[in-house]
This record gives sequence, C-alpha cells and structure tokens, in this order.
Amino acid sequence: MNHIALKMLMGDRGKYLGIIMGLTFASLIMTQQPAIFVGLMMRTFSFISDLGLPDIWVMDPKVQFVDDIKPLQDTKLYRVRGVAGVKWAMPLYKGLLKARLENGTFQTCNVIGLDDATLIGGPPVMLVGKLKDLRRSDGVIVDIDGATDKLAKPPMVPGGKPTPLKIGDTLELNDNRAIVVGIAKTTKTFQSQPVIYTTYSRAVRYAPRERKMLSFVLVKAMPGEDIPTLTRRIRKATGLAAYSRKEFIDLTWNYFMKNTGIPITFGTSVALGFIVGAAIAGQTFYNFTLENLRQFGVLKAMGASNWTLLRMILLQAILVGSIGYGLGVGLTALFGYATRNTILAFKFPWQLLAFGGAGVTLICIFAAIISIRKVIKLEPAIVFKG
Amino acid sequence: MDGLAKAAVSCKNVVKVYDTGGDKVVALGGIDLEICMGELMMLVGPSGCGKTTLISVIAGILDQDSGSCEVFGKDLLHMRSSEKLKFRAKNIGFVFQAFNLLPSLNAVENVSIPLIINGVKRQTAERQAANVLEQVGLGTRGKSLPSQLSGGQQQRVAIARALVHDPRLIVCDEPTSALDHETGHNVMELLRQVALHRDRALVIVTHDARIFSFADRIAQMDDGHIEKVVDSAEDL
Ligand SMILES: Nc1ncnc2c1ncn2[C@@H]1O[C@H](COP(=O)(O)OP(=O)(O)O)[C@@H](O)[C@H]1O
Ligand SMILES: [Mg+2]
Repeated sequence: MNHIALKMLMGDRGKYLGIIMGLTFASLIMTQQPAIFVGLMMRTFSFISDLGLPDIWVMDPKVQFVDDIKPLQDTKLYRVRGVAGVKWAMPLYKGLLKARLENGTFQTCNVIGLDDATLIGGPPVMLVGKLKDLRRSDGVIVDIDGATDKLAKPPMVPGGKPTPLKIGDTLELNDNRAIVVGIAKTTKTFQSQPVIYTTYSRAVRYAPRERKMLSFVLVKAMPGEDIPTLTRRIRKATGLAAYSRKEFIDLTWNYFMKNTGIPITFGTSVALGFIVGAAIAGQTFYNFTLENLRQFGVLKAMGASNWTLLRMILLQAILVGSIGYGLGVGLTALFGYATRNTILAFKFPWQLLAFGGAGVTLICIFAAIISIRKVIKLEPAIVFKG
Repeated sequence: MDGLAKAAVSCKNVVKVYDTGGDKVVALGGIDLEICMGELMMLVGPSGCGKTTLISVIAGILDQDSGSCEVFGKDLLHMRSSEKLKFRAKNIGFVFQAFNLLPSLNAVENVSIPLIINGVKRQTAERQAANVLEQVGLGTRGKSLPSQLSGGQQQRVAIARALVHDPRLIVCDEPTSALDHETGHNVMELLRQVALHRDRALVIVTHDARIFSFADRIAQMDDGHIEKVVDSAEDL
C-alpha cells in the first residue's frame, strides 16, 4: 500500500508542491530566524570568550554586561593582586573613543588597553604584524573589519574603493598620534565600532582624563585553586564583583535576553513562521485528503483497514515532512553560506536542526491527525454515491 | 452439490432506515431476496427505491437495522469489523457507476489493489493484474492512466479490478449508466463472459432497460420493497 500512498500523493502535483512549499517555508523560518538570533546573541559575549587566558573577571558590582563599563580606581588592581590564590591580575581598559581619520572625519572606536608588560587580553588572531609591536611608541593594532571599512582611507579616485588602513598609517585619538603596527582578526561583537588595541597606559592617555580609568581586572588563579572559592574571596576582599568567564558570559547573555527586544522579535518571527507554515501545510494536506476521500472510501470498501489507511496517510506526511524539512534547512544553510562574509550574525548549531525538525514534525502530525480523523470516520458506503 | 441451487446471498426481512435529523427515510422496508451461485441477478426500479442501499448491505459496507443478510452463509451484521474487512477483501468485487479508479495509478496498478489489500506482493499482484487486463481486452493499456482511457475502457479496468482476486460475489451499481448504449452493451457482454461462472454470483443494480436481457433473474424494487422477481424482462 506504500506504493499506492506515494503515487496518490505525487499524482496531484499542485497539492503535493503546495504542501512541500508550506513545510519548506516553516522549516526555513524556524531555522533561519533562530540562527540569526543565536548568532546575534553570541556576539554579545564574544569579547569575553575571545579572551582565553584569564579565569576571573573583576569589575564594579554595578556592571550589568560586558559593554557596560563602570571604571574602577587603579588602586583596585593592587587589592586584587593581594588576594590569596591569585597567580596574576592584569588591568584592562575598554572604552569608546573618537578617532580622527586622515580626511578629518571622526569615527567612534572601541579602544582596548592591555597591560603594558604582558599585553594580556590581546586579539585572538593577528593577521599582519605581531602583538608585541604594541610596545613600539604610539603603536596600535586595528581589527580587519574596521581597517577595511570604517577606518579606511577615502578612495584615491572619486567613486573608487576606499583604501584599507595598513601598517604605518596614522590615526588621531584625542589629539594623540597613533601608528598602526598590526592588523588583527576579532570575533564580531555586538558593538559595530572598529576595535583598536593598544597598551593600558596609552589607552589611558588617549581617553579623556577621569579619576577612574580601570575597566576590568583580569585574574589568573593559582594552579589547583578552586575558581568559585577564589571569586568569593576576591569579592569579599575587594568589595568588587568577580565572575568566572562563564558567569560573566551568562550575566551578559541574560542582560540582553531580559533588557532588549531581540528575543521577543525573533520569537515572534519563529512563532509566525510556525503558524503560517502549519496553516499552509496543514490546510493543503487536509484538502488533499478531503479530495481523495472517495479514493480512501474505495479502498475501505475493498477491505483496507483503518490502520492501513492511517499508515498510508502517515507515510505521505512523513515524505512531505522530510522533503520540506530538508529544503528549508538547506535554504537556511545556503543563506548562512551566502552571508558568511557580511556583518550579518548567523550561527547554525545542531540544536537548531533539531528544533526545526521538531517544528516540522509537529506540523506534520497535526496535518496527519486532522486528515486521519476524517478517513477513520468515513463510511465505505459513500463509494456508491454519485 | 449443485452450484446453481446453492444460495450466495440470502436476505430475510432486511430493514434500513436513514435518520437524517428528524426526517426518517425507510430505504429498505423488509427485503426478502435470494441470489444463487452462478447467476446474474439484476436489481431494477425507479431512482430512490433503495437499490443502492440493498447492495451496500449485501456487500457488507452498510449495516441494516434489522433482519438478516447472509452472504455465503455468513451473517455480516454480527461479524467483528476486522473479520468483515477480511471477508470483503476476499469475497467481494465492486464495480461502480463512476468507475472510481485511483486517478494517479495506471491501469495495472489500479487492478492490482484488491490483491495488495489481500497481502499479495506488489510484483506478483501486478503480474496477475496484467493478465486480467488482457482478459478484458486491455492488454496493451496497462501503463495508461485512467485519464488516458475512454469511459468504456475505464469501466473495463474497473471490471478487471473486481475480478482480479477471484471473489465469489461481484456487486455492480449502475455499471453502464455513465456509458453510451453500445459501450454499455459491450461492458455487459464482458461481465457475462468473463465475470460470470458457476462459483460466482453477480448482482447488478440498474435502471437501464436496454440491458435487462443480460440478466438470469430480475428483482423489481419499489419504495423499499421487492415487488417481484422474474426470469425475463417480458414478465415485468
Ligand atoms: N446516506 C443517506 N442518508 C439519508 N438518506 C439516504 C441516504 N442514502 C440514501 N438515502 C435515501 O434512501 C432512499 C434509497 O436510496 P438509494 O438506495 O440510493 O436508492 P436508489 O439506489 O434506488 O436510487 C432514497 O430516498 C434516498 O434519498
Ligand atoms: Mg443508486
């Protein structure tokens, strides 16, 4: 009967394609939108996850997420260094500063200042130059996206392509000269500004003078030290907030989940995709069954059991479900591939595949159930009706 | 044992009332009828007199309200539904006015359905189906879809489908009324030649007087009752 079920389904081209299109649409929306959502959300904490070395981040207790800078007094660094179990503690400056470009325009940049001696907290990947080149006077490292886009020099000829920043080019940060000594690759963050790395002391010089400049203290624990215990000890000794990397990521993630419209926006898209997909696919599948009711009646009269017909409908639902799911997921992957080099956030972990699969399965079960009900209640005597 | 004398169908005082929300229609008002093995019985009468209802009961796809209807000695009303399905699958062949072929299946696949329902493997079923199509004169049209066949050819496919599993009873509801006179005539000839033999009974519902001559016996119905059962159309 499987053969008959499949032929029945595919015999009606229009309906068959309609059902598959509905499911493809649903599966596309249910994976593509969450993929962008996950991509975006992962950007919120990529600055933290990019920094692999420190175990613990110490900051002002009022800080709510990674870009929410509440500077500390420099002396706090020494307080942290004094806590038992701390192997090392390094200062990190993070702040938005205006850079003046060669053509006279201004661009806000995300300036990161690293400990002068150790340069801990540098970019994950150097593309041109070396991290230690930061020790050269006025040296800064610029991220590749900033260098090729917002910080790029105007085109040589009008209408031409801007020239990317390269080693030796200069910028002006608060009237201080800065010389590009390296180009780095960083994971995109939620902030779209160009990232500029420099030393802590230079960053403090670039920044407008304030009483407090220290954004974070990065801490490495002694070997064998229990991280939760150490964070508690730091908190107690300094009165500051101390989080493990994971805790700081969670703090940031939760902030964005609770305080931005991002989850609700994407949640709505996903729900709409699910509902519209379910409506199209469910409706077409149900219509398809209704139109074939006489055929099912004929099979029933000839002695096919409800169970046989139920299996036929299930098989039809599974087939259209698999094809629709495959196409939708394929389109999402294609979308991700096509936009891989753009600023668009996109992350497609296996959990999303499962999520989309579960969604399409639900739709198919729903479509099959309403159809099966109709077929089970069907009186075989309808076959003699004109 | 004499095959002709053996009863294929035996109805006693069969009553069927349709209840459509207040309106009660007595479709069968106490039917007594015997159909013998090896005979072609026609059920005739005006539209609405209960012919279709009666063969639905005989074929086991509709339950009567009272009275008994035994088919090959089995009381279908009191059978378990799974048993009844098996009984139908094995013993009954159907021919419909509107052919009721599955439109996306070709002739061979359509004819093979009763065998597949009976658990025969697809390949075997289709081979057998092709043979029966040959018998009804459509040996070359096995791959054709119903839409590619004329009305007469479609009804021949339907007859092949009714025959393929070698059932002991074939029920036909107005098998010629969707066809022109000549085609209808040919279909009736085919039914007599190919479908009818001593181990099988045929019940054909019709109000087409031009085919009455193909019957062994004719049961005339009116208003839910059998008026008379006669041996030839002249006696009506
Ligand atoms: N499913 C049904 N529900 C209600 N009334 C029905 C139904 N089927 C048939 N009838 C009524 O029962 C009577 C007999 O119908 P039917 O057996 O189809 O007659 P025939 O086949 O001789 O034209 C008619 O009056 C018809 O309207
Ligand atoms: Mg009728």
